[in-house]
Amino acid sequence: MKKRNDTVNILFCGIGGQGVLKAAEICGCAAMYAGYHVKKSEVHGMAQRGGSVESHLRFGDTVFSPLIPFGQVDFLVGFDRKEAEKYTGSLNSGGKDCTPGLELAMREIPSPLFLNTFMLGMLSRFVPIGPEHWQRALNEVFHGKHEPENREIFLKAREVRL
Amino acid sequence: MRSIQEKMFLSGNEALARGAWEAGVGFASSYPGTPATEILESLAGYPEIISQWAVNEKVACEVAFGAAVAGKRALFSCKHVGLNVAMDPLMVSAYSGINAGFVLAVADDPGLHSSQNEQDTRQVAPYAKVPLIEPCSPQEAYDFIQTAYRISEDFDTPVLFRLTTRIAHTKETVKVGKRRPLKDRALEKNPQKYVMIPAHAYPRHILLEDKMRKLAGYSETTPLNRVILREHSLGFIVSSAAALYVREMYPQASLLILGMSYPLPLAMIRGFVKKVKKVFVVEELDHFLEEKIRAAGIAVRAKKPSFRVGELRPEHIPLIVKGKDKQEQKLPKRRPVLCPGCPHRAAFVALRALKVFVCGDIGCYTLAALPPLASLHTQLCMGASIPFLEGIQKNHSGKMVAVIGDSTFIHSGITGLISAVYNKARGVVVILDNRTTAMTGNQPNPAIGMTAQGEKTGELDLAALARACGAASVDTVNPYEIKTIETLIQRRLQEPGLSVVICRAPCRLLERLRKPSPRVNAEKCKRCGICVGIDCPALIRDEQKTIIIDSAICTGCGICVQSCPFGALEYDEKAE
Repeated sequence: MKKRNDTVNILFCGIGGQGVLKAAEICGCAAMYAGYHVKKSEVHGMAQRGGSVESHLRFGDTVFSPLIPFGQVDFLVGFDRKEAEKYTGSLNSGGKDCTPGLELAMREIPSPLFLNTFMLGMLSRFVPIGPEHWQRALNEVFHGKHEPENREIFLKAREVRL
Repeated sequence: MRSIQEKMFLSGNEALARGAWEAGVGFASSYPGTPATEILESLAGYPEIISQWAVNEKVACEVAFGAAVAGKRALFSCKHVGLNVAMDPLMVSAYSGINAGFVLAVADDPGLHSSQNEQDTRQVAPYAKVPLIEPCSPQEAYDFIQTAYRISEDFDTPVLFRLTTRIAHTKETVKVGKRRPLKDRALEKNPQKYVMIPAHAYPRHILLEDKMRKLAGYSETTPLNRVILREHSLGFIVSSAAALYVREMYPQASLLILGMSYPLPLAMIRGFVKKVKKVFVVEELDHFLEEKIRAAGIAVRAKKPSFRVGELRPEHIPLIVKGKDKQEQKLPKRRPVLCPGCPHRAAFVALRALKVFVCGDIGCYTLAALPPLASLHTQLCMGASIPFLEGIQKNHSGKMVAVIGDSTFIHSGITGLISAVYNKARGVVVILDNRTTAMTGNQPNPAIGMTAQGEKTGELDLAALARACGAASVDTVNPYEIKTIETLIQRRLQEPGLSVVICRAPCRLLERLRKPSPRVNAEKCKRCGICVGIDCPALIRDEQKTIIIDSAICTGCGICVQSCPFGALEYDEKAE
């Protein structure tokens, strides 16, 4: 578990349409509710057309760069194995790759719609944000849609030991 | 909008809009373009601001300038290349000056995430003789836009407010405040100021030069430009996102951060350079600051020319300090493709079969330039397809087709069509009318009959317009029928004059129509891969060359079914 005063660097990646940007948005909101200074950087436009998508999420006391400097990724959250492989070199020495949880996610979720909720659940074990902030962010970003399912999937994924 | 107390999680574009709203802005106009689109989209959410999509950036800038002259604080926003279209009004508005504050918010796209070039908008400020403000984060976009309106009114000038992708599309927890309502200024008849005939423009030019001198003085004292003195051995002169990358990588270094980067505070820079031993100018894209600082006789170190190309990243800063060249670390990227069910696809399958030369334009359909569709052969700027067709056709014997989207046609295709008809060009203009401005996220346009703020308005009739422009014939076709499109274009290419073919169906991101997916008849399938050549993401050919239809994303548009010469893709009769 990261300490509260360190900057936490999370890289979300995948393919346009998988919910990668939504996942980063939820994580960013949860970090804001937990009282951190948050920065999230991504590229729109072509992303919807099935291209590569990445989102850099950073939070801490004060975050300067919106991009995670190369080699400083603490958590890599890949929604697509091939896309994630490109970034494994960006992980820092103690960094955690959450992408291997992808297979389990695919088995556990009722529809690809819930992939981001599951991935966030797995990530949530490792980052210093309380579960209440995650729940609030999930509801806020999904506008309360599928609330019971999202809650259940998130909590189930939170128990996964990667 | 997600918020906690007085803090909101806002993108640079949203923060700019929020700041503009608080500063009492009453009018905004824009044309969509990544990464600037969300500025106007956010403004449209504030009922106190009249927010409009114009047909193009020139019109948007003129309308917003008109609003400022009328006495309301006004905002014009666009992407970097959009400012090229609006240069005419900008250049002269600098002479006229403003009434209520007028800011031009322009977002650059270093690294070409979604653009045709990497032009650096900062270069426009000295050319147009307007002040340049550069925030480095969403918080600064929020703060500085309010200062920008004060500068505009204090100095009677339009203000250029420049973002880049990493500011526009970065979200941050931003501290916000409340709207301060403003009294409208009075509209006055003042031809010496607002009619730029030579007799009026000459004295305005003298005033303008004087204004720039005063702004240079202001630049020395404004809190937008600030020095943070730490280590005396190493310092940086920075603006925009580069400021953040330097603070990240060299937290102990001294800094001169330029929030107002034109006119430059040369005395402040000189003082900083005297106090710090090694000073580097770090900036993204052009060597804008470096050139001006060196021209003033101030010795600074700067990046190698290799860094003038592409996006700056935090890990580049140590390379710049060590005097090294840029190391390209290119990650393989997935190629973007037209969506499953996209109404543009069949037209390009037809054009590929016709083997004609296709002059393209700017929109999702530009993706058809890439193999396997590979049926779009030129692309220059918004609206260039039809003039390009004319230029090539007049000097070449082959058959020519121009392809342009509905929004791009309205943006600047119409004048090209009139000109081509007038000059007796021959060929076919295909208008891919998907009833929206798709690439930038489905904004309405005049052919939709809906405004930016969701009000109903008159609908522009593209077919009637094409007829009025003098097109030899105008046909509207179903864009999902490859053979119909192919036969029609073939026929029109034999005829004299310039014909218009409108391929009309809504973008699938707008109307998520779903029909049953076809299935692959394994007995009929020759594994030839012709169907894969339509470049649909829902069609996958595995290692055994077997075709698989991804029913999760297939929309049942039927283009693959038409493409198979063996009838191996068919609909399940029960499903129909």
